[in-house]
Order: sequence, then structure tokens, then C-alpha cells
Amino acid sequence: MALKLPIFMDYHSTTPVDPRVLETMLPYFTTHFGNAASRNHAFGWTAEKVVDDAREQVGQLIGASGKEIVFTSGATESNNLALKGAAHFYKDRGNHIITTQIEHKAVLDTCKRLELEGFEVTYLPVESDGRLRPELLAQAMTDRTILVSVMLANNEIGTIQPLKEIGQIVKARGALLHTDAVQGVGKIPFDVNDVQADLVSLTAHKLYGPKGVGALYVRRKPRIRLEAQMDGGGHERGLRSGTLNVPGIVGFGKACEIAKQEMAQESERIARQRDRLESALMQALPHVFRNGSVQHRLPGNANLSFAYVEGEGLLMALKDVAVSSGSACTSASLEPSYVLRALGIGEELAHTSIRFGLGRFTTDEEVDFVIKLTVDKVSRLREMSPLWEMVQEGVDLKSIEWTAAH
Amino acid sequence: MAYSNKVIDHYENPRNVGSFDKNDPDVGTGLVGAPACGDVMKLQLKIGDDGVIQDARFKTFGCGSAIASSSLVTEWVKGMSIEDAEKIQNSSIADELNLPPVKIHCSVLAEDAIKAAIADYRRKKGPASETEKAS
Repeated sequence: MALKLPIFMDYHSTTPVDPRVLETMLPYFTTHFGNAASRNHAFGWTAEKVVDDAREQVGQLIGASGKEIVFTSGATESNNLALKGAAHFYKDRGNHIITTQIEHKAVLDTCKRLELEGFEVTYLPVESDGRLRPELLAQAMTDRTILVSVMLANNEIGTIQPLKEIGQIVKARGALLHTDAVQGVGKIPFDVNDVQADLVSLTAHKLYGPKGVGALYVRRKPRIRLEAQMDGGGHERGLRSGTLNVPGIVGFGKACEIAKQEMAQESERIARQRDRLESALMQALPHVFRNGSVQHRLPGNANLSFAYVEGEGLLMALKDVAVSSGSACTSASLEPSYVLRALGIGEELAHTSIRFGLGRFTTDEEVDFVIKLTVDKVSRLREMSPLWEMVQEGVDLKSIEWTAAH
Repeated sequence: MAYSNKVIDHYENPRNVGSFDKNDPDVGTGLVGAPACGDVMKLQLKIGDDGVIQDARFKTFGCGSAIASSSLVTEWVKGMSIEDAEKIQNSSIADELNLPPVKIHCSVLAEDAIKAAIADYRRKKGPASETEKAS
């Protein structure tokens, strides 16, 4: 079978909607289009029922009750609601929040906002493998700490955090634990009670559901309170006003159901493909480095630095493959990835990183194609690289006085 | 980001990739940029006794726009006197390649590379006393 190009290998950014999910959604656009808040007729009752069914499906994937699921527009909103909502509600208990330096911007920028409001935020560093050392968290906790937010798995390096140990530390001090779980849920086992999470952000489009729908898990026992961030009709137990996106929610529920059934088998296959990709590239090419924990990472993630080849230049050469780079050049800021920098990776190596994200629809043929293409293009670009030439001549690049500061 | 067709052309078919012997007295070498910034260009010019650039080579670590900017200037400078080559402005490079604002620094680097290569050549050709001072 001929390969269809370009190949999508950027499953951390988003995923296609599973055809089974789409099929489940379709009737709720046209036939069963009722407003879930319409309590006085059949259209509304149908919508309310399927939303509650989806609530159960989402809850079951993370070991929660459907009653603990609040639907949102996506993980950015869930993170905002969790952090601002909890900080505002519990501000009489304290004003200290702890998070890590490698969180998603939806968490980091929300924390920055809370700092402007007078909250104190500690941004904990991570180890060189991307993991938070639990003792560091224990040391940072004070009597004023009301909330700790640590992601389940990182979107760039796929590193999985020791959330169970983190939960124990947080609970011992009586603070709340929030986790941005969008990259991990549906890929690795996750249970809200196992890690003692109080608030969990989820999004449908990272697990083969539609874009524009997410959820926040809000623990009921003991009951966690939040200040709503949106005023209106009091939907979602008053936590999130706004007419529910019924088709999206139905799709989210179905996507969670499929993930629960197929995750174990699927993750094993994806990890095997990822390992093959990674080992083939590292065998064929010298000076390739893995970023993030090798042991504790998402099955579909391979974040590699191809030394002496700039990441964006390489992306351009890999135009038949959709991947992403930690290079500065792919962002407007001209700064390389803050996640890689937090791992202590030098800027020169951060500029050469490529993130491969494998997923449900990745085929062995695609992996073969990507291996061959990447080896060819990295070799070609190294032949054009003055740095590669200098290294071959035995020049220590650190001994050069480079002309530009940036 | 979408690249202009000219950038893609130079990126996919780069002109004059390679190296001259940097110890050749007729070769001026310019090395500009820094690995930590994600751009390094090496431009080499082979210059005749009449001060005309006979040939040029480059190697670049960088994005497509950086590679295209260096490839373009190797084409431009061939046959130019070093005085004319020195007058090449980054804005002409950026205009020719339709570089977007975030890529202007690539054209600046290419202009700097020409100047650095010429300066290196002059250092080599200059009076012995000056060479000693420079080294």
C-alpha cells in the first residue's frame, strides 16, 4: 500500500477524531440537538441523558464518579478554572501555590496571573530526566501552601511525574493537588484516588475526541469548592456556565470509553514502534541524544536532539512528516524550549531537538519511512553544517568565541 | 510558518555548499553567529589579486531562511569586487527572499558573514606587521 503523505507524527499536539467517536457524535448535531438545560421537553431530556452518560464514561477512565466531572471548552479552561477557582476560594487558608518549571503555559501563565493578584508561586525545578524530586516538593511546602499543581506527563518530553508520591506529600500537608493530565490520560493508567488528586484537567482532542471540549475533575469526597470563572446560567453545578457542547461531550465520552478498553494493548504497540524508531535513528546516526526520562515516559514520545543540525532546518527537510521542534526558530520568541532548558540541556542542543509523537493510527510503514527520511536528511544537513565540520576536525566548539549573543 | 518559494529553492538546491582550505592565502573565511542562538554561518571567499571574488562556499547551521540567505549571497558575490561585496545590505537579501520579520536576523547574519570573510582576507594580505598585531 502506498504511503499517504504527509505523515502525522505529532500526536502530542492533537489527535484525529476516531471514526467511531465521530459516528457517535453525528446524531447530536441534527436529530437530537436539544439543549441539555431544557428541563421541560424531550429534546432537553435526551441531551441531558447523553451528557450524563458521557460524564460517567469520562469519570470511569480516571476512576472517578460522573458527578465529579465538569465539562469545559478544553484543558486551558480547565487549568484556569482549577487554579484560579481554588486559589480564590481557599485564599483565607493561605496564599502559596507550588508548581513546576515544565508545566504547560496554561498552568504557568495562570500562575503568573495569580502572582499579580498577590499569591506567591514556587516554580520547582526538575531533575535532568524531567522528573520532579518529591523531597524537593516536601521542602517547598509551607503552612500557607493551598495548592500544588504538577502535570501527569509532559507534552514535549513525555516524562511521567511521580504523582502518587507527590499526592502523599500534598495530602500530608492538607493542601489540594491539581494535575494537568491531558497528555497522560488514555495513554497510561491513571486513577484519581491512587494519586489522591483533587482537581484534574482533561481534554478530548488528545485522546481521539473532538477539539473544543474538555473536563475538570472536581473531587466530591471531601468536597472541593471552586470560585466559578464564568458568570451565567449556573450550568455544571454552578462551576461553569454556558450551554453544553452536547455533540462534543458525547464524543469525549465515547473517546474515553474506547481508551479504557484499548489503552493497554494500544500503548504496548505504540511503545514498540517508538522504540524501533528511536533505536534505528540512534544506531544510524552518531551524536543523537534522548531528552527526558527513558523509563518514565509516554509510550508515543521520542524527543531527540540531533546535534549540529538546527531543528527548524531539519523540520523543513522533513516536510513529509508532521513533527515539532524545541528550536527557537519555530516560535516567535527566539528562545529555545523552556522545558528542555529546565532539564539543563544547553541551548545549542535544545535548538537541535525534534519531538516525534506516535499514536493510534501510526503504521509500521510510516515508522520505516520516517527512519529512512530522518537519517538521510540529518546526514545531508550535517554535511552542510559548519559545526559538524569543526567537530570532525577535532575542534572543541566551546573554545570558539562566537560572535552573536543572540 | 510558510516559506517563500525562493527560500525553498535555495534550501532544497543550495548553491556552493562546501569549504575551501582556510589556510589558502587567497581565501577569506567568515564565521558568524553562535550555536546557542541556533544560527552559525561559515562563508568563504576566494579572491583574486585584482580584488575580484572568484568563487564562494558556505556551510550553515540554521533554519531554512539562514541556509537560503547564505546560499543566495554566495551566488551574488561571485564576480564582485570586495568593495562592492562589502556594500551588500541585509535588506536586499531579506527582500530577495521575502523573509518575514522574525527571519530578518538570518539576512543580517549573511551580511555579517561577507564582511567577516573580507576582513579575514585583508588580515591575511595586509602588511606583515599588521598580521602579527592581529594574531
